[in-house]
Amino acid sequence: MLIDFLFELRKRKLPVSTHEWMALMEAMALGLHESSLDGFYHLCRTLCVKDIAHYDAYDEAFLAYFKDIHTDALQLTEQIRAWLADPRNLEGLTDEQRAALKELDIEKLREMFEQRLKEQKERHDGGNRWVGTGGTSPFGTNGNNPTGMRVGSGGGRSAMAVADERRFKEYRRDVVLDVRQIDVALRGLRRLGREGAQEELDLDETVDKTCKNAGDIDIVFRPPRRNRVKVLLMMDVGGSMDPYAELVSRLFTAASRAGRFAKFRSFYFHNCVYNSVYEDAQFRKGVPVADLLSHSDRDEKLVIVGDALMHPAELLDPGGSMYLSSQNRASGIEWLRRLNAHFRSATWLNPEPDRFWAGTTIEVIASVFAMYPLTLDGLAHAVRYLVRGGQRPQVGDPSKWMKAVVG
Amino acid sequence: MSSDETFEQFRGTDSYIVSDELRHAVNVAVALARPLLVRGEPGTGKTLLAENLARALNLSLVRWHVKSTTKAKDGLYVYDTVARLHDSRFGGDGAGVRDIAKYIKLGPLGEALASPSRVVLLIDEVDKADLEFPNDLLHELDAMRFRIDETGKEYAAKERPIVVITSNNEKELPDAFLRRCVFHYIQFPDRALMAEIVKVHHPDITDKVLDNALEVFFGLRQTPKLRKKPSTSELIDWICALKKAGVDLARVSGGIPFLGTLLKTEQDVELVGKRAKA
Repeated sequence: MLIDFLFELRKRKLPVSTHEWMALMEAMALGLHESSLDGFYHLCRTLCVKDIAHYDAYDEAFLAYFKDIHTDALQLTEQIRAWLADPRNLEGLTDEQRAALKELDIEKLREMFEQRLKEQKERHDGGNRWVGTGGTSPFGTNGNNPTGMRVGSGGGRSAMAVADERRFKEYRRDVVLDVRQIDVALRGLRRLGREGAQEELDLDETVDKTCKNAGDIDIVFRPPRRNRVKVLLMMDVGGSMDPYAELVSRLFTAASRAGRFAKFRSFYFHNCVYNSVYEDAQFRKGVPVADLLSHSDRDEKLVIVGDALMHPAELLDPGGSMYLSSQNRASGIEWLRRLNAHFRSATWLNPEPDRFWAGTTIEVIASVFAMYPLTLDGLAHAVRYLVRGGQRPQVGDPSKWMKAVVG
Repeated sequence: MSSDETFEQFRGTDSYIVSDELRHAVNVAVALARPLLVRGEPGTGKTLLAENLARALNLSLVRWHVKSTTKAKDGLYVYDTVARLHDSRFGGDGAGVRDIAKYIKLGPLGEALASPSRVVLLIDEVDKADLEFPNDLLHELDAMRFRIDETGKEYAAKERPIVVITSNNEKELPDAFLRRCVFHYIQFPDRALMAEIVKVHHPDITDKVLDNALEVFFGLRQTPKLRKKPSTSELIDWICALKKAGVDLARVSGGIPFLGTLLKTEQDVELVGKRAKA
């Protein structure tokens, strides 16, 4: 029967594997779910859900699957009986409450409780609590209220109530690429070399030197291997890039991680690269592209991130930039050509889904830069292209429609 | 070991209050002999959990603090080649140098696996290390055995250690690693639980003082745009400072005393100062 719950979880994109499911079965065979729904809720979550971002989806699945199952009222009555039998529980009550309790015999209490549970069922479907959490009801579930009666496991709240609350909603994220995935993809972008402080024992060299030294030990150290790839990242911000801001910032986080590259610089631009790029996303600290090029090694890897979507005139007309028209002699596409010509390897990552590329300025820019979509696959291809070169992807044929637009 | 013995062993200790959910997760991990992965905001007691688990179960604790340069193999053992070379050159006694085992030092994980009795192994801040670090641990954590290549000696854990792994959510962990763990996210304690926690550390605190302190504390946590929200350990330190200085919170007006124990960056102190004036 529970196998359906597994599929309920998987339906909600929770990455639960057979491995984890077997562990859950093993745990249940050991009785770790304490034979209760609450116990099962926690046990299953602890074994099957490994990321707080998935907790909300788990709560949803749990609610959907168990919505018709209610805790056995009889078992609860047993608890109430035991609770009443323990005089310590009565200490916190007021005299009036104690008097009221005396009037309730067990049968009547059970009757009331079951009836209230039934009422609760109806209200519960509306999406709220089990037995009320207020202080006056004899059936409170709120364990923090010393006068309320504790129903459910060990003074905690019932799993359904917990799941129903959906406390983990804010942690949820359904994303294309997370930082780790980008990290893994970027790992291909490396060329190892030895530079820096000598901290590693060079065994071969030590043996060699020692032999030459007639057996007198001569220890040789060498620097550890480090990545020597230098990266220049340019990011389009604002306007049509706003929906992708989070994605681009994730790429930035992964790329700028300390020690990843021998040298890492990043710049911002808006729409298209014209004569300046900027060190900050507010476009205050401008750097002329001509200066940038003269100070950049040709073996730096240029990575541009942008949607490459603009009006054709902004790309092709000299002075197409909205902001800098007076001093801006070369067209955007000309600046892009210069960038591409300077660096031995350069690529353009485009967050726009590639099914929308046809018939736009994307095709034009893709004829200059090797363009890849900013997805896991696209990133892997881009990295391979940066390291090994090779065939650049073919994106449409802009000559077909550009004439019609620009004339 | 039978399930009855191992389950429901951990209930917190006199100085460490656990929520029901955490207690449950710990006991599941112990019973299934799987590593327990704990995540949560800094200062929610992730590291203390292992210490107190060891104390509650009366086992010794082996700590492994992971750093950005830590490699998985270092946790098992380190072969000190340089010391051996040095000894072969300068050390008088030649027989000792021939014994490789003398130059093998077990790391924390190796120590835990080689231990004759059951131990609690804490792998602290696993996300600090390289991306592949958790994956490199998979085999050892699964099989609970390892081999020293240099000597050919095999160690297998006589009793599987209880492994507690903490992570600050800085990096995502690999799926293969997650699959083998029991996971728990420590939520920031609510007011009632926090009151209990404070009482454990300051048993003589009066309800009124506690109430005032919590009011200020939770108010501070709700300040928008704080870079680092104050956490449990900071609250406890702060109350300690208040007590030592004999400050009565109810009578203090204009600003929070000893703000530096609660907020750790200049910007935050400034921000709270501005808001107080406004």
